[in-house]
Amino acid sequence: MDKFRMMAQILQSNQESFMNGICGVMALASAQLYTSFEFNCPCIPEYNYSYGISMLVIPPIWFFLLGFVLNNNISILAEEWKRPVGQRRKDPAVIRYMCVSISQRSLIAPAVWISVTLMDGKSFLCAYSMDLDMLEFGKNVSGHGLSQEELLRTLAKIPCKHIYDGQHILSREAATRYICCISQAFGWLFLLIITIAAFLIRAIRPCFTQATFLKTKYWSHYVDTERKMFDETCTEHAKSFAKICIKQYFEGVSGEIQSLHDHSRGDDRHDEDNKPATEEDTLMGVRRQDTMNKVLWDWHTCKPPLSLRKYGDASTEQNGDCSMNANKNQDKNIGDKTELNEGQNGFKCSYVNPGLDIGQSNLDKGYENASFSTEQNGFTNRHSNASTGLNGFMNGGVSSPCNIQRKAWAVYYSKV
Amino acid sequence: MDRLKLVLQYFQSNSESISNGICIILSLISVKLYTSFDFNCPCLPQYNKMYALGVMFVPPIILFLLGVLVNRHTGVLMEEWVRPLGKRTKNPAVVKFLLSSMLQRSLLAPMVWILMTLLDGKCFICAFSMNVDPKYFTGIPNSTGIELIKIMAKVPCKEDVIFKNSSFRKAVSRYVRCYSQAIGWSILLFFIFLGAVGRVLKPCFNHATFLQTRYWSNYLDIEQKLFDETCVLHARDFARKCVVQFFESMREDVTVRMPLSSAFRPSTIHNEYEEEEEERLHGITRQDQVDHLLQTWYECKPELDVTRMAYKPKVCITWEDINGKALFSEV
Repeated sequence: MDKFRMMAQILQSNQESFMNGICGVMALASAQLYTSFEFNCPCIPEYNYSYGISMLVIPPIWFFLLGFVLNNNISILAEEWKRPVGQRRKDPAVIRYMCVSISQRSLIAPAVWISVTLMDGKSFLCAYSMDLDMLEFGKNVSGHGLSQEELLRTLAKIPCKHIYDGQHILSREAATRYICCISQAFGWLFLLIITIAAFLIRAIRPCFTQATFLKTKYWSHYVDTERKMFDETCTEHAKSFAKICIKQYFEGVSGEIQSLHDHSRGDDRHDEDNKPATEEDTLMGVRRQDTMNKVLWDWHTCKPPLSLRKYGDASTEQNGDCSMNANKNQDKNIGDKTELNEGQNGFKCSYVNPGLDIGQSNLDKGYENASFSTEQNGFTNRHSNASTGLNGFMNGGVSSPCNIQRKAWAVYYSKV
Repeated sequence: MDRLKLVLQYFQSNSESISNGICIILSLISVKLYTSFDFNCPCLPQYNKMYALGVMFVPPIILFLLGVLVNRHTGVLMEEWVRPLGKRTKNPAVVKFLLSSMLQRSLLAPMVWILMTLLDGKCFICAFSMNVDPKYFTGIPNSTGIELIKIMAKVPCKEDVIFKNSSFRKAVSRYVRCYSQAIGWSILLFFIFLGAVGRVLKPCFNHATFLQTRYWSNYLDIEQKLFDETCVLHARDFARKCVVQFFESMREDVTVRMPLSSAFRPSTIHNEYEEEEEERLHGITRQDQVDHLLQTWYECKPELDVTRMAYKPKVCITWEDINGKALFSEV
C-alpha cells in the first residue's frame, strides 16, 4: 500500500506543484524583468501619459497570455470544450472549473508586475506629473509669470532629474515624493483588494457547492489523466505495431514464417503470467492503419462512455461495435459455413481465439472478420455466417452481437 | 543532497510541520518585503500620518489573509464546519482547535512586519514628527518663514534644503525613533511572555480533552489527504481501463473470450496486474457511481467505525476424520 501511496503522492504533487512552480517562476521573472528594465520617461507633455500608463498595463497583458501559453491544461480545456458529444456527455461545470483554475494561475505574474510598478512609483510619476496641483505645496501658480503651456512643459520634466529646470517654481523632490506616495498607496490598495478577493474565493467557497466542487475537481483531473494514458497507450501500440510490421516485412522477404507466440504455448502456461505482455496483447487487436486512424478519429469525435466492463465477462467484452464490424465486412465475403474440426493440428488454446495464432503470421490487407463454430467433445455447435480469410486460413471470431448465452460456454483446453 | 531530502521528508510527513514551515516562509517573505520596500514619506502635514499608519497596518492585513489562505487547515476547518451531519456527529471542540491553531500561525507574519517597522523607526518618524515639541531642540531653521508645522512635517525627509546646516532634523529623528524602538521591544517582550505563560499553564486545564481534539483534528486532515490520493489513483486506473477498452472495441477480428467455469479455471490465468488494478477500482466503474460516491462523501460522511474491515471474519475450512476430530484446517 505504501508503494501506491507514494505513487499517488508523486502524481498529485507533480501535477499541482509543477503548475505552481511555473506560476512562481513567472512571478519571479516578472519582478526581475521590472528591475532590469530601464524606465525611460520621455518628459514631453504629449507622450508622458501614454508611456507611463502603457508601462503599467501592457506587460501584465503579455504575462497573462504567456501564462496561458505555458499552461499545459489549456489544450485539454480546448479539447474538452470542442469535442463532439459522442457517447460521453459534456459537463459544463468541469470546463468552467478548468478555465477558472487556469486563469487564477495566469493572473499571478501580472499582479506581481502591477504591484511592483506601483510600489516603485516611476510610471505614476511619469504619467501624472503634469496633473500636479501646485496648491498642495503652497505655491502660487501665477506668481512666476509662466503661461499654462510652459508650466505644463516644466511639470512634464519632473521625472527627469537631469533636465528639470523649474527648481525655483517647485522643488522636484517634493513633487516626486508626493506622487510616489500616492502611487504606493494605490499599490497597497491593489494588493489588499486582490488578497481579499482570493480569500473570499478560497476560504469561503466550501460554504457553497462543496459536493459539486469535489465532483468537478475529480473529473477535470480525470480528463487530464485519461489524455496522458491515451498517449502512453498509443506510444506502446505504435512500438508493437512497428515491431510486428518490421518482422513481417523481413519474413515476407526471407520467405520464412516464424510464430510470434514463442512464449504462450501450452507447456509454458504456468509461466505465462510472469512473462511481460506479448506484442499481440499490446496491440489489443488494432492492426491496421485505417483501424488505427479510426481509433484516433473516434477518440475525438466519439469518446467512449464512462462505464467500465468487468474483466472476464465475455458477454460484455465486445461492445456494440462488433456487430457493425462484422456487418461491414460481410458484403465483401463469401458466406460460407465452415467448421473447425477438433483434429486440427497445431491448434492449441485455452479460451483465447484459436484462429488468431495462425492467422496472425499471415496478416495482410485482406484480413477479414470471420466466425467459426467449434465442435469439441460433445459441446454444441454454433453456426453463424462466416467468411474465410484470403489465404484460406481459418480465423476465429464471433460475429454475433453481444450475447449473454455465451457465458455458458466453456472451451476445453486440448493438447494436440 | 540526501540530507536536504531527509529534511524535506520530515517536514512533509507531518501536516503540522508543513504549516509551521509555511508560516516561517511567510515571515521571511515579510522581512524581505520590508527591506526592499522604498519607504517614501510625503513630508506634507496632511498626508504624513495617513501614509505612515497605512504602511504600518495594511501589509499586516494582507499577510494575515495570505497566511490564512495558504494554510491547509483552513480548508479542513471550513469543510468540517459546513458539512451536513450525515452519519458522523460534529464535534465543535475540533473546529475551535483548528481555528485557534490556524489563527496563531497566520498572526506570525503580520507581527513580524509590525515589529520591524517599529524597530526600524521610519514609520513612526513619518507619522509623529509633527507631534514633537520643537522647543526641546536647538537649531530649528526659521529663516525661510515657513510655518512650524510644515517644518516639523519635513523632518523625515533628509534631502530637504531647509535642514542643510543644522542638526535639528537628526535630533528630532533620533528622539522619535527612540520611542518607536521602545514600543517595539515592549510589544515583543509582551508576546513572548504571553506565549511562555500559555504553554506552561495549558496542561493544567483540560489536558485530556485537548489530547482528544488534537487527535481528531489530525485525523480529519489525514482523512482528507487520503481521500484525495485515493481519488487520484482511482482516476488513473479508470482512465487506463477506459482507454484499453476503447482500443479493444475497435478490434478488427473479434476474439472469442469465453470464461472457463470456475472449476476448471486455473487461478493464474488472470493477469496479476489487472487484478490489482481491479482491486484499486473498488468496484466503482461508472461515471454515475463516481458522482454518487463524491456526493455522498460530502453529504453523508461515513461513521468512524472500521471494525468491519479491520476484523473481517475469515472462512476456515477444516478436514475432520470419521470421529469428528479435526485433522487439518486452513484459512
